[in-house]
Amino acid sequence: MFVLVIGGGKVGYYLAKELIESGHEVVVMEKDRARADQIADEIGSIVVAHDGCEGKYLGEAGCARAAIVAAVTGDDEDNLVICQMAKHHFDVPRTIARVNNPKNEDLFRHLGVDEIISPTRMILGAIEQDIPVNELLHLAALGEGELEIIEAHLQSGSPAIGKAAGELTMPEGCSLFAVVRDGIATALRPDMALKVGDKVIAIGPSDCQAHLHEQLIGGRQEPSPAGI
Amino acid sequence: MKIVIVGSGRVGAVLAEAYDAAGHKVVVLDLSTRAFDRLPAEFHGDAVRGDGTDEDTLRRAGAGDADVFLALTEGDNRNIMAAQLAAEKLGIKKVVAKINDPVRAAAYAELGIATMCRTTIQADAISEFLGLPALGLPGVIAPTGSHHGKEGHAPLKSAIEAGTAGREA
Repeated sequence: MFVLVIGGGKVGYYLAKELIESGHEVVVMEKDRARADQIADEIGSIVVAHDGCEGKYLGEAGCARAAIVAAVTGDDEDNLVICQMAKHHFDVPRTIARVNNPKNEDLFRHLGVDEIISPTRMILGAIEQDIPVNELLHLAALGEGELEIIEAHLQSGSPAIGKAAGELTMPEGCSLFAVVRDGIATALRPDMALKVGDKVIAIGPSDCQAHLHEQLIGGRQEPSPAGI
Repeated sequence: MKIVIVGSGRVGAVLAEAYDAAGHKVVVLDLSTRAFDRLPAEFHGDAVRGDGTDEDTLRRAGAGDADVFLALTEGDNRNIMAAQLAAEKLGIKKVVAKINDPVRAAAYAELGIATMCRTTIQADAISEFLGLPALGLPGVIAPTGSHHGKEGHAPLKSAIEAGTAGREA
């Protein structure tokens, strides 16, 4: 299969290398001549030292017979234009764009790019998997740091669900003062029953966290590497 | 009219000043606040530091209900992307992009964006001054198609192959 790779950065370089090893025909386009020469020295004369955004050079690189065009430069706008030119001028059956700003994914898809790869989104996904969702969120430290504003996002396992705020026992100097429900913040009254999805905002000394956790999240607080 | 200008360079700033003086609501975006030094002290519009290829930034700057969108940065592809965002995501009716590569300028006119190519405008101005024939390449091209045209994206190909789509200005 003939694959045209645009962008000879780290991604383009390793992509080309892997593809060649699996027996595919590859051409890399890299507009920086020094970088293009370097790639050619390392993996052979498969490099076109021109800007892949220019229709003329895309044609010279053999875009018209490419089965796949992979636009993997570091600039989203360049990757978009490359894919659009490849798709609509050269009738390339499959275009792949690297997208750095995850918010561009939608736009690229709408504008006809076949496949969108977002490294940012992938890393974000991996990180989010590791963040326990049922922990306390520290919003701010007050004064010299002895007081903190803490948010607890109530999940279905929370022992506070269905209880009135006044029924919860709070340690000395710690109080629950507001609740965010459906995006609206209101002062927390003692008779207000707590629901799943509520974000309860508390203020108190740093050492009251274990207690807050037990009352609002349930179970024991997990040790946190950040020391919170 | 509400006019959003991305890129406070020489062209962007001159237009911002003129449209503002004429009483239009003008919003100028640029990545660098220094670029706003080109705007006059009496400029009444909004000058917003931000990326014109970012949908959130554009919406925050108030581009959502703009009548006109001008993409005038120094980067062809940035202008192309900002303009397509404005036309397709924000639904702005009149969108102009400065695209200095004549081929890309012709190509994107067929996707619904009015394009303007400094390269050919200047080349023709010089030829005209010298009394020599114009090159006949497109300078300012009104949109001739759209992303949702009958044949989808197909018209783009004809524009590039022709390379000399009709001049309209």
